[in-house]
Amino acid sequence: MKYKLFGLLRRVGFLILVVWTVVSLVTLLIELVPGDPAVAVLGEQATPEQLAQFRVKHGLDRPAFFFDFPEDNSGQRHFRWYGLNNRYDDYWIALLHGDLGKSFRTEQPVIQLIFERYPATIELAVTAMLIAISIAVPLGVVAGKNRGTLLDNSLSVIALVGISLPSFVIGPMLVYVFAVKLGWLAPSGRFVWSDIILPAVTLGAALSAILTRMVRSSVIEELGEGYVRTARAKGLSERAVVYKHVLKNGLIPVVTVLGLQLGILLAGAIITEKIFGWPGLGLLLVEDGIGKRDYRIVQGCVLAISTTYIIANTLTDMLYRRLDPRIRVS
Amino acid sequence: MNRLAIIGIVIVAVFVLVAVFAPWIAHYDVGTTNLAMRYMPPSAAHWFGTDSTGRDIFSRVVFGARISLEVGVVVVAVSAFVGTIIGAVAGYYSGWVDSVLSGYLFNVFLAFPGLLLAIALVAFLGAGLNKLIFALCIIGWVGYARLIRAQVLKVREYDFVQAARALGAGDFRILFVHILPNAIQPLIVQASLGMAGAVLSEASLSFLGLGVPPPAPSWGVMIEEARDLSTLQAAPHALIFPGLAIALTVLAFNFIGDGLREYLDPRQRRR
Repeated sequence: MKYKLFGLLRRVGFLILVVWTVVSLVTLLIELVPGDPAVAVLGEQATPEQLAQFRVKHGLDRPAFFFDFPEDNSGQRHFRWYGLNNRYDDYWIALLHGDLGKSFRTEQPVIQLIFERYPATIELAVTAMLIAISIAVPLGVVAGKNRGTLLDNSLSVIALVGISLPSFVIGPMLVYVFAVKLGWLAPSGRFVWSDIILPAVTLGAALSAILTRMVRSSVIEELGEGYVRTARAKGLSERAVVYKHVLKNGLIPVVTVLGLQLGILLAGAIITEKIFGWPGLGLLLVEDGIGKRDYRIVQGCVLAISTTYIIANTLTDMLYRRLDPRIRVS
Repeated sequence: MNRLAIIGIVIVAVFVLVAVFAPWIAHYDVGTTNLAMRYMPPSAAHWFGTDSTGRDIFSRVVFGARISLEVGVVVVAVSAFVGTIIGAVAGYYSGWVDSVLSGYLFNVFLAFPGLLLAIALVAFLGAGLNKLIFALCIIGWVGYARLIRAQVLKVREYDFVQAARALGAGDFRILFVHILPNAIQPLIVQASLGMAGAVLSEASLSFLGLGVPPPAPSWGVMIEEARDLSTLQAAPHALIFPGLAIALTVLAFNFIGDGLREYLDPRQRRR
């Protein structure tokens, strides 16, 4: 019990450390913008007054970090300490108050924009995952049961092709077939329920290929275990052996992959959302953030996506330990 | 070696030859537009047809191979080099060095979805080939570091390391002359899969407008330009050929990676 509590504390401690690093990185990334962010946003034609006003409004006139090494008139660099009065602190204090700053362009609170777009991304990622599972589990089981046969080999090749085809190739091809040629589905947008089909299939394609391979090797491994022989010896049908016994154990590693993949899906959704004009976090990041050089939105989106990813990973890890007692003991 | 790996090697060889001899293979300039010749279907003059501004798609795909190969080779070489050094140091010294490196640094980099970190870096740095390569190296090294750390942890317990130490070899010599050469074999698998990943990431970032800027014939840029509805309607081949090029290249490196893994790990071979 004491050991368990210690483990949990360690995990939470590490989680906090990682989140702290991510936030710090995101805060300081804006320093990478070549030249002056205010000029990048307002353009070269902006007057010095407009630039100064913009800097004050968004806190860009304040020092970036606790200290820096500014160059003096003679070209020498000296250490200068600013104390707590800096942008890094500002961002943290605002963040702890649930504030991610205001958009550089529209002055809408970034947190509000993120909350508006978040559900669409989750909807897309979860649908893609469900599609991937419903394709991968039956195919993986069939391939694993018929290991080494022509069927298994061709499924393996198809899975590798699926992994190699990027979403920005699959997506436009689906648009060509189902929207341009057949006219069954809309090429982009999120208006009627059927609009999710193309983006979700696009996003889930690679995952279904990865999962098929996982389920296959998992089934093969479990089929060699002693309990399978016992189950067969007591006269169970092959179907019952596979679906009641093998699959139950064989899906445990698959659960981990699923958890890790949820995060990758959220990141991959950036491209899929762009292809289909799906109004989620990815589109917010690419169009409103990067496209319009609205660095506050970029910061907010990167933070939201990576935090979701980190939390999904941690939860998966905990679920995995719960599902498989062998790991808990070791 | 299995059959798929050999197919992979053949495809990669063709890809490298095409990239190296691009100026002799492509017979049109990659940037010259010709609106009178737009949306031409594949023909004897234009093997892969022309795009929405009348540029020859075959020539663009051929020169695109150069960009992909350049990015792939540089990213894999730099990340593998940096990753190997950091991983070797973490594995060899263990203790607090290892706690800081593998316990904290590796995990922080693994805690980010890789593509997102690359997108964020390029979004702030500004688009461009060098910045793209830099961003991909930043997300790439940790995979190699983790692999090499695990290998070094294993190899440093072997007797010949003990023997080298008994003969008075220093840390540097033990690590780089005795341990590393015996630890880097799995790196080849990782590098092959890394090439697939780098080619894919370059195309993804270029597709998002964060890689090589448009007139350059990056495969990702070509797909981005081919996917608007009027071009899709008039010239689906503008999408299909660069798409096939990406898919084949990535597939080939994946085939090689999988084949090598099986070859190097006899336990998997029997399966």
